[in-house]
Amino acid sequence: MGLTMVEKILAGHAGLDRVEPGQIVEAGVDVVMLHDVGTPGIQRPFKELGAERIADNIDCVIIPDHFVPAPTVQAAENLKITREFAERMGVKHYYELGRGGICHQVMVEQGHVLPGQIIVAPDSHATTYGACGALGTGLGVTDAAIALAAGKLWFRVPETVKIVLNGKLGRFVSAKDVALFLLKEFGESRLIYKAVEMTGPVIDGMSLESRECMADMALEMGVKACLFAPDAQTMSFLRQRAAQVPEPVLADPDAAYEEVLTFDLSDLSPVVAAPHSPSNGKPVGEVAGIRIQQAFLGSCTNGRLEDLRLAAEMLQGRTVHDGVRLIVTPASQAIYRQAIAEGLIQVFLSAGAFVTNPTCGACVGGHLGLIASGEVCISSSNRNFQGRMGSRDGQIYLASPAVVVASAMAGEIADPRTFDGGEPK
Amino acid sequence: MISGKVWKYGQNVNTDAIYPAKYLVHFEPEEVVRHVMEGLDPEFIAKAKPGDIIVAGDNFGCGSAREQAAMAIKLAQIGAVVADSFNRTFYRNAINNALPVIALKGISKEIAEGDEIEIDMETGKIIDHTIGKQWSAVPTPGFILDILNMGGAIAYYRGKIGH
Ligand code: SF4
Repeated sequence: MGLTMVEKILAGHAGLDRVEPGQIVEAGVDVVMLHDVGTPGIQRPFKELGAERIADNIDCVIIPDHFVPAPTVQAAENLKITREFAERMGVKHYYELGRGGICHQVMVEQGHVLPGQIIVAPDSHATTYGACGALGTGLGVTDAAIALAAGKLWFRVPETVKIVLNGKLGRFVSAKDVALFLLKEFGESRLIYKAVEMTGPVIDGMSLESRECMADMALEMGVKACLFAPDAQTMSFLRQRAAQVPEPVLADPDAAYEEVLTFDLSDLSPVVAAPHSPSNGKPVGEVAGIRIQQAFLGSCTNGRLEDLRLAAEMLQGRTVHDGVRLIVTPASQAIYRQAIAEGLIQVFLSAGAFVTNPTCGACVGGHLGLIASGEVCISSSNRNFQGRMGSRDGQIYLASPAVVVASAMAGEIADPRTFDGGEPK
Repeated sequence: MISGKVWKYGQNVNTDAIYPAKYLVHFEPEEVVRHVMEGLDPEFIAKAKPGDIIVAGDNFGCGSAREQAAMAIKLAQIGAVVADSFNRTFYRNAINNALPVIALKGISKEIAEGDEIEIDMETGKIIDHTIGKQWSAVPTPGFILDILNMGGAIAYYRGKIGH
């Protein structure tokens, strides 16, 4: 029997010919990503381990993003701890404010994620790295400290589920809608512990950015990892960013999957996840008409160039509804610069949007866009848990960038497909 | 063998219920333990006794990767958590903090609050003495037993860091 992508990656890093689901292995880790919450968090376990430096085989990347620029003194102290740790450990890849952006986006965009690698982070959405065929997974600060100090970590080999997505997505139906649809199908617990491999014509037709969105959002299904086989597009993207790109680790043709689940998505409508769970998805029609006060376009899920380009195309020559504030947060400085170069930011500003620096801010409910009691926000981020974006008495709906922008213009949750050729019908 | 009295909770007990986000800045043990289960059951810290056992439904510990959730339960000296299933990051954090956790589908429907139960991590046996029933979960792998027995992952790895 052949091996799945994750089985091959784990076997390779554990020095074994093969591994079985359920087996516990100790595997070498390639990259540890830390941000301004995780870096302060690992200080104690790192010290308790008796560690003085980072293991030689570990490429450590530090990207402050959660509370930047510091909204409180406590955040400033954490950023200081983060900066000083990077300095003390001689971390080569430290992204000072203004030079990085949201961690998962910067990781992929700057070529820190390569096919076949094992990358861990004290941040759950490290699954994003699966878009490039790496095993990316989030864990706690103790694990992150061990990985940094010992260069290896224990892993339980997950069962792999293959998801085959057939058909062709309609206009204004995006990767985010596919992810929200899958979450609705599977709920928050059906796929816990599993590694998921995403394949099929829908995936083949997706940009790398869209795959990042799906791999990011898949975490909400409880998966350990969500992998996409790198194709020519991914490999050429990576070759422009990294000195040496290893050959992709692909599943064997006779790999043993726990399940193969097939869907046809040709008729998929935009999906909106109603409060307070990402798995509470509904076709946009069912929630259309709900009044909103805030619309948020950003986060590591949907703050990428393709998202901003689509948003600008929809907003060109139009304005945000009087009763709504549209907050736009580019996911990285590189995206921000490119969006300025392409005139996208100008379109947002002219439409009356509020554009922020790249940060986790509104997504994590930290700063730059909290909601008040009784307010409703439609958000392109990945979590709508109660209280996530501010008041526990606020309501968060999750949706694609197209739905967020259509709603921002309409003042209520709206179906972007009613904009034909850009004109509201 | 771990034995104790059961406190029962439902499905999808998330990390905000176990350890609310507003305390994330704290890592001091005295402070972390004060907020255990606060989001779901603020009385928990007053009523739970050392050695008591938490039993819950599917996906216990879902939500964020925050390690304080597992730390808080361990610091409250809870003997073990038994659930239909665990969120995977919580599971790792529990093991790494030497908190025994064992999963068995459907177990939360069988065991009631207040039951006296016994767990053998090595064999996977779960016994409810109150109703006189027993079940078999998957035995805990030796590697994980080693981490639990050594008092957590820090102790386990401390000697293995090559300088
Ligand atoms: S943007 Fe949101 S989901 Fe992404 S890393 Fe930041 S806080 Fe987490």
